[in-house]
Amino acid sequence: MRLIALCLLPLLASALAFTLQTAHSNRMRILVLVAAATAHLGLVTTLWIVPTRPALTGWLAADPLGLIVLSLTSALFLVTALYAVGYLRRERPRGGRMFVSGLLAFLGAASVVSLAQHLAMLWVGIEATTLALAPLVFHRHDRRSLEAVWKYLVLSSVGIALALLGIFFLATAQAGVPGRPLVMEDLLASADSLHPAWLRASFLFLLVGFGTKMGLAPMHTWKPDTYGEAPSLVAGLMAGALTSCAFLGLARIAQVSVAANMGSFVQPVLLGFGLFSLAVAATFIVGQTDVKRLLAYSSVEHMGLLVVGLGLGGVGTYGTMLHVINNGLAKGWLFLVVGNMVLATGSSAAAANRGVLRTLPVSGALLVLGLFAVTGSPPFGLFLSEFTILRAAIDGGHPWIAAIVLLFLAIIFVGMAALILEMALGEPTVIAPAVRESRWLTLGPIALAGIVLLLGVYIPRPLQTVLERAAIALGGIGP
Amino acid sequence: METAPQLALLFVVLSNFAVLGTTRLSTCIRAVALQGFLLGLLPLLLASRMSPHLVFLAVGTIAVKAVVLPWFLMWAIREAAVRREVEPLIGYISSLLLGAIALGLAFAIAGRLPLPPEHDPLLVPASLTTVMIGLIVLTTRRKALTQVVGYLMLENGIYLFGLTQAESVPFLLEIGVLLDVFVGVFIMGIVVFHINREFDSLDSARLTELSD
Repeated sequence: MRLIALCLLPLLASALAFTLQTAHSNRMRILVLVAAATAHLGLVTTLWIVPTRPALTGWLAADPLGLIVLSLTSALFLVTALYAVGYLRRERPRGGRMFVSGLLAFLGAASVVSLAQHLAMLWVGIEATTLALAPLVFHRHDRRSLEAVWKYLVLSSVGIALALLGIFFLATAQAGVPGRPLVMEDLLASADSLHPAWLRASFLFLLVGFGTKMGLAPMHTWKPDTYGEAPSLVAGLMAGALTSCAFLGLARIAQVSVAANMGSFVQPVLLGFGLFSLAVAATFIVGQTDVKRLLAYSSVEHMGLLVVGLGLGGVGTYGTMLHVINNGLAKGWLFLVVGNMVLATGSSAAAANRGVLRTLPVSGALLVLGLFAVTGSPPFGLFLSEFTILRAAIDGGHPWIAAIVLLFLAIIFVGMAALILEMALGEPTVIAPAVRESRWLTLGPIALAGIVLLLGVYIPRPLQTVLERAAIALGGIGP
Repeated sequence: METAPQLALLFVVLSNFAVLGTTRLSTCIRAVALQGFLLGLLPLLLASRMSPHLVFLAVGTIAVKAVVLPWFLMWAIREAAVRREVEPLIGYISSLLLGAIALGLAFAIAGRLPLPPEHDPLLVPASLTTVMIGLIVLTTRRKALTQVVGYLMLENGIYLFGLTQAESVPFLLEIGVLLDVFVGVFIMGIVVFHINREFDSLDSARLTELSD
């Protein structure tokens, strides 16, 4: 019951926000957004305390992998919704009701993805997340955002189409095997009898398809343009929550492949894509001049790390699942902070935002802290998860992978620090009067920063248990 | 009735080549409409016995793939006043050659894939050909609308493959596919309309302001 409510509540709220036509409809819509986000997070919290039985004949269930992604999405969404209160006071995106109902539709679709145990249902959810956010990328209705949304739609539609073909291949691999078609539980139970050639083809198509949605190189080309042009809070949701949903899709097929004893086929492919993503990110981060595009390439980097951890197996899967949470929260944090800068100066170019530490003291400080968090410096959570992934490489007898990853991480750190520190500490080019930073716009990033910091020093017991169970589900082990 | 499905599949493959070889956008759309119509008929032709589910699937597929989407694309052409401009990045002869290579590849791959014997032997090669030619059209045509046509062909090819699983995969999936085509192209169509208004052209190659 709760599982169905989690999927339906945001969709109903989305429809409500779209149909509201009263004198105060803008204010009402924001109220609907915040209320639905709060109720959603409340429901998710109850799942941690009192587990629930699967719903819809086993098509919906909150297993450890899904629960991690669902909780991340829900928490990030509430922070984003509260931020949107302050944001919508300053900025009026055209088609205001589309904005709120698009956000809520995204939350509903992401819940379907997280809870779906039927892979076709998961696919429908991922497609819906693409469509829900597309109008929001296009909110400015100018040439640049049009180009961004066109690239986003074409590339992710093709990716999602190839993923659908991958799902058909999986159904073919399962043909003649007892059990419900495409339901995770039955796929895992009969993994040994799945047809290996079709399963391999299915894995490759799903990797390319969901990899496009994640933004793994070389299918990442839509990412800098889309994140660069989307409103910052939408970009934050995309980089934090949507990529995690797409990663969950990939994790599901990895789960099936590992259960079918295909680890030796799957793992090198994952490592290849992961390392290539790190290389591409390192190449394009150095010399970047726009902070949102910089963060987009940082997202490519972190997607690469997730896939590397998955490919290494062992304790790497634990590191990967922890990294899903850390990366999601840190991306939300940074994009919201950059959003404040864009609200103040109208641009995300580094040159326009020089001296941000002086003009926007709170956001500037959060930006500099965020730089250290997102590049994996202690004591932030990302340090712990990246360290765990590196440890998996060394434990697994691949010290050279650890060395390559470290090299790319170092290059990325230098590239990001060069841009962000210069921007934060430099002299303001225009002597702008200090802008008052509203609390709505700063409390969200502060809260996210607090959680990322906390996860670096202390992981609560229930989370630890769920992370370990998720790692085992992916064929790995806890720390 | 043994030959009816094979004839339909042959026409699906031929309509791919019609898209590759034509200079007129409206011919592309007509070819894709024909493809959609055949795709709607195929579940009925391939089935061993009729069922309400199959009839529903056929009617739904024909309505979306052969009527609504082509009509929508034709409307977009009129609205944007494009007529003859397919504007390939590579020549028509090279496109057709690439298509022929795709066809050969599809048969070679399908021959090596272990398929349950009860399916029509032409189904998988026709599906893979349509997927590959869809990708060729998507990547080698400059007009946004022609790219939409390529995307539809890609979806049609995937649908063809899905026919091998029509009896075991649940209902939801088929609706998901139709919905996907519908919503995807609907939204793309809106964007196409905007591209025309903003750029005074439907040339997606002009979308080059964002780069590193």
